[in-house]
Amino acid sequence: MRTVSSPAPLKNHIRLEMAAVPDNVALARVTVAAFASQLDFTLDEIEDIRVAVSEAVTNAVVHAYSDRAPGGPSGTVTLEAAHDREALTIAVADQGRGIVDVALARQPAYTTDPERMGLGFAIMESFCDELDVVSEVGRGTTVKMVKRPRAAKAPRAEGAAGDDRPV
Amino acid sequence: MKIEQEVRGRTLVIRLGGELDVKSAPEFRETTEAALDRHSSNHLILNLDNVSFVDSSGLGAILGRYRRLQQGGGRMTLVAPAPNVRRVMELSGLFKIMPVFRSEERALEG
Repeated sequence: MRTVSSPAPLKNHIRLEMAAVPDNVALARVTVAAFASQLDFTLDEIEDIRVAVSEAVTNAVVHAYSDRAPGGPSGTVTLEAAHDREALTIAVADQGRGIVDVALARQPAYTTDPERMGLGFAIMESFCDELDVVSEVGRGTTVKMVKRPRAAKAPRAEGAAGDDRPV
Repeated sequence: MKIEQEVRGRTLVIRLGGELDVKSAPEFRETTEAALDRHSSNHLILNLDNVSFVDSSGLGAILGRYRRLQQGGGRMTLVAPAPNVRRVMELSGLFKIMPVFRSEERALEG
């Protein structure tokens, strides 16, 4: 009898609710990176995911509840991730102040703080395949990202003459 | 985050280890600012060899120190970012304004 390792589930999902505090940003990165390893991602792609998650959760930590009095209860960030073996979907949601103009906030270098770069959304966009930002003032913001393993995006045709070459 | 510092004349060498993100950026900022003040440094060499992760919060903290040095007529140099750190930095355009060297010795010569 042939022994085969039990197959990873076709579909899977996780949900993590946490306080919107700086300490939890690394936790979010590590959690999603470990979950993402269930798909056929390269190490570089896992690294892209770590950075993108870090940006999304940091936005919630730094901006979502910045209208609250310091020392009060911290807000909440909810991190959800799901995959169907073909694509990883990540959603980062807060119930904070919301973004007045999402299109403007997504512009690179949109920041008023000299210690920040205003690159959060630009990085998420460039390190993921899809980025969707839904926000309602006074209700909160949800950032949704999709990342697909490159192997699944463009199956390497071995021996085929190459329009497959890196550019 | 680990932060090590060494003063060589008016050059301040800061060696970072670990992850530079929203949690650790304030510590990096405060430690570096205090050392720059104390030693009146006009050249900051930031050794990133042992940094395993950087995001835009980390980049912002690096850029903040660059701005301070530049305003005072000083300069800032980066040393040995790992490939994954380098990719985030490339996206931000940070390499257009700060030279990168393979080692601290080269940065000191440069």
